[in-house]
Amino acid sequence: MTTQTAPPEAPTKPERRKLDENTLRNLGLVGVLVLLIVVGIITKPDLYSDPTWVKNNFLTILQQASAIGVVTVGMTFVIIGGGIDLSVGAIVAIAGVWSTTLATQSYGAGGMIFTAIIVGTVVGLVNGVLIAYGKLVSFIATLAMMVAARGLAAQISGKQTQISTNSTINDIASTRPLGIPLLVWILAVVVLLGWVLLNRTTFGRRTVAVGGNPEAARLAGINVKRHTMLLFALSGLCCGIAAIMLTSQATSAQAAMANLYELDAIAAAIIGGTLLSGGRGTIVGALFGVLVFSTITNLFAINNLPTEVQNMVKGGIIVAAVLIQQFRFQSLTKLLKR
Amino acid sequence: MSALSRRRILFGGAAVGAGALLTACTSNEPDNTAQVNTNTDASANPNAASGEKVVIGFSAPAADHGWLAAITNNAKAQAAAYSDVEFKAVEAGTDAAAQRAAISTLVAQKPNVIVMLPYDGKELDAAGLEAMRAGIPVINLDRAFPSQAAFRVQIKGDNYGMGLAAGHYIGEQMKAKNVANPIIGEIPGIDSLELTQERSEGFKVALAEYGFKVANRRPAEFTADSGQAAATALLQALPKMDALWNHDDDQGIGVLAAIKQTNRSEFFMVGGAGSKVAIDQIKADNSVLKATVTYSPSMASSAISLARLIGQGKGMSDLVELQVPKEITLASETITKDNADKYAKLGF
Repeated sequence: MTTQTAPPEAPTKPERRKLDENTLRNLGLVGVLVLLIVVGIITKPDLYSDPTWVKNNFLTILQQASAIGVVTVGMTFVIIGGGIDLSVGAIVAIAGVWSTTLATQSYGAGGMIFTAIIVGTVVGLVNGVLIAYGKLVSFIATLAMMVAARGLAAQISGKQTQISTNSTINDIASTRPLGIPLLVWILAVVVLLGWVLLNRTTFGRRTVAVGGNPEAARLAGINVKRHTMLLFALSGLCCGIAAIMLTSQATSAQAAMANLYELDAIAAAIIGGTLLSGGRGTIVGALFGVLVFSTITNLFAINNLPTEVQNMVKGGIIVAAVLIQQFRFQSLTKLLKR
Repeated sequence: MSALSRRRILFGGAAVGAGALLTACTSNEPDNTAQVNTNTDASANPNAASGEKVVIGFSAPAADHGWLAAITNNAKAQAAAYSDVEFKAVEAGTDAAAQRAAISTLVAQKPNVIVMLPYDGKELDAAGLEAMRAGIPVINLDRAFPSQAAFRVQIKGDNYGMGLAAGHYIGEQMKAKNVANPIIGEIPGIDSLELTQERSEGFKVALAEYGFKVANRRPAEFTADSGQAAATALLQALPKMDALWNHDDDQGIGVLAAIKQTNRSEFFMVGGAGSKVAIDQIKADNSVLKATVTYSPSMASSAISLARLIGQGKGMSDLVELQVPKEITLASETITKDNADKYAKLGF
């Protein structure tokens, strides 16, 4: 929001500062990642002394971050655009369940992937229509969708765990082109496309404008309603992709899958420097946010520490990240005012 | 203008087509609702002979898990097997408060007996008391009410016993293989639940008898995807393992997927609950899953039978007592390749 009110006489300078700000934050997150790994090396030197294990460990961290990472990319777009999507976990569940019914499975892997992606996108689109044209607050609309979509998923699955018997789908999780898990490749592609979309297209510029100041965006000729709708559809699309990834990992889908993904995705986006009020955020930062969580899970696992403590540390990191962000943001605003 | 409308027609048509296709894709036949019944053959069991009409009220939490779904299915199927039973199920809603309200409505309808699996025994204790005070005997299924006055019969599984059974199986196997210092992993379900803590405690105690302990413990959430995540973390933490106990066969689908994805096979795994998929896999003996310890939803069938006996004032024919006993705790049984056939019909 503040960037919108930046003094017009120096249009390039704040842009430079903003860039530095992002780089700085990402460097900070890389620092946190390195710190977590160093803690791992110190606490478990026997494991880290085996190079094969170390390589596997990094790939595991990336692989466990892949599905939630894809969801986070969509979430980052929604938040930058000034909204919030609480229904992502539920959309993953409905897309996963819908694509693993016996009827869908009879169409083969292509049918399952098609179904997951279409269901995810359509549910996201419904969110978008309700928010953009029904004038519902995104928090309320997606909260309603979170409950409703899980309900529908439970209805379709008959409350059972639906096992995927399709070997092509199940193999996605175990295939490793060039030694790197396919799931990690998918994450990389989605992150890359997300980065290009946000930073190199008018769609991305409009997203930032709509989130920063919707009224100004409207006056500048942006179709704010349609854009908002598309952002939620994009988030739904990401959920559809994640549903296939998760189904392949668990070789099954059920209504309770992807539990609390919404919170993990929002937290990762926020840690990555996305402003909850919209108008600012980066895809790379969000990716680092996801990786920080995945690395913490890994660190706690190899040290056999209870998950309660892990959740407390996660919470602490979220608060710390936002606090640091706020202070730096304030000092930046002061700098601009001067 | 015309180009635009043509495009709209194209997109509209595609959307309708995709919608029709997707709607067709929600079909899930054949329905897998494996049910088990108690002995309802009147010629073999005089208690099964049609008698006084009994109205049985039933309430269980909305199923979000195969086990709970099996509980409701079993209760329904068992009631349907008796010509003298009228089955009245009420939706328990989504939490303890909703179930309390549902029970009040049910009590007002004055059924002869109520079978209730509460969200939480402590939170629904008052609902049990309310029904009992209204003169309706309550069959408390699985999650125990703390007040003795809140139920007529309590029938439940043995969580602690499950842990013991799993621990003993692993202990014996290790002894047979002469492994002195085995590395044992554990994947429990939702860790904050009392049932999970009881299972883990039983497991710990049983292992301690052999001088063993759990090397790493990664809780999941009773879902396959959380099981996959927990197992992946556990396998990464223990590059070599001898045995693994996974508390729940539903989340076990994900655990087994993770094991396959990491190409590990140097250990064996014990499951929990006794799902149909798990029993089939144990029988086929083609994965690391070698056994599972039961926590059978068949107890719902038994609960309906007990409710009917109580409604008709009968006792259990194999016992001397003229009335149904007050507490029944199912034994947790260990299913292995050798007895998998016998248990196949109990799998859910």
